[in-house]
Amino acid sequence: MSIAAVLLLAVSFTNAQEKKKMNHDHEDMKMDHSKMTTMKSDAKTETILSDYFNLKNALVADDTKKAAQAGSKLVVSLKAFDTDSYSKENQEELEDIIEDAVEHAEHISESAIDHQREHFKTLSKDITDLVAITGTKNTLYQQFCPMYDKGSAWLSTSKEVKNPYYGSRMLKCGKVQKTIQ
Amino acid sequence: MRIVKIIAIILLVAFVGIQFIPTTRNQSDTVPETDFMLVNNVPENIQNKLQVSCYDCHSNNTQYPWYNKIQPVAWFLEDHIKEGKAELNFSKWDSLSNRRKASKLRSIVKQIEAGEMPLDSYTLIHKEAAFSEEEAKEVINFMTQLKDNL
Repeated sequence: MSIAAVLLLAVSFTNAQEKKKMNHDHEDMKMDHSKMTTMKSDAKTETILSDYFNLKNALVADDTKKAAQAGSKLVVSLKAFDTDSYSKENQEELEDIIEDAVEHAEHISESAIDHQREHFKTLSKDITDLVAITGTKNTLYQQFCPMYDKGSAWLSTSKEVKNPYYGSRMLKCGKVQKTIQ
Repeated sequence: MRIVKIIAIILLVAFVGIQFIPTTRNQSDTVPETDFMLVNNVPENIQNKLQVSCYDCHSNNTQYPWYNKIQPVAWFLEDHIKEGKAELNFSKWDSLSNRRKASKLRSIVKQIEAGEMPLDSYTLIHKEAAFSEEEAKEVINFMTQLKDNL
């Protein structure tokens, strides 16, 4: 009697695991599907940038929650980026940048503010390298704070410096390093 | 009283039952060419430290404790190892681009500096895995150098 019960339990557990796996596969399929409905690639660059700037502004405002939300959105817009229209060499570079940036954005979506800022530093480098390849319709300013982690850069749409690494603690620390057009 | 007895029996049956569910073991006989230790010139003391403190969850080869044979411990460990390898897998180090390596090295340094790695739940049982101040400094210096030379 008890052996039968044990077997039954074992079987039902295995079943549950299988089901979980199937659901997972299904989700993957759905994601692939959304990837297929592509728009213009430069529109996708602008979406990535706008999510990045929302993230930057949240960090400037010391707002962890908003930064986390912007991070999640950035993960989606990065994954939606389409490299097809670029040369093979640039495609590889872009895929590398995106893989790296996605990881940082994911961490930002689930971390406390100090950790978000750490990841924002490398993310900023990734986004800067991405824009160097894709270009953008807006003028961007690369700004630099010599104090945070031996010197850290970020991108902004405005010339005026508002520091995302320190927020209200040292809002004005930094200078414009480069104008990207 | 009867209820308690029934619940106890159910729990016992469940406990015995879950022992039959197989788990995947994270073990491999060979060290791949892409392994961190093979592609980098890692000093012996740092090699030992990484092996003891990191490789159980961040490589393709886990030194399993005896209690891994018991469920639900095995599930718990399987989950941890899967998560750990997704974040960083030293066995596949050289398959990463320089950009990815730099990111990983940065994270390694930050995690050790902040005392977030190795996990407390790990060093609780693996006392030897914890970093002394000196060891942390050595590993951090080594990883920083590696990053600067990429």
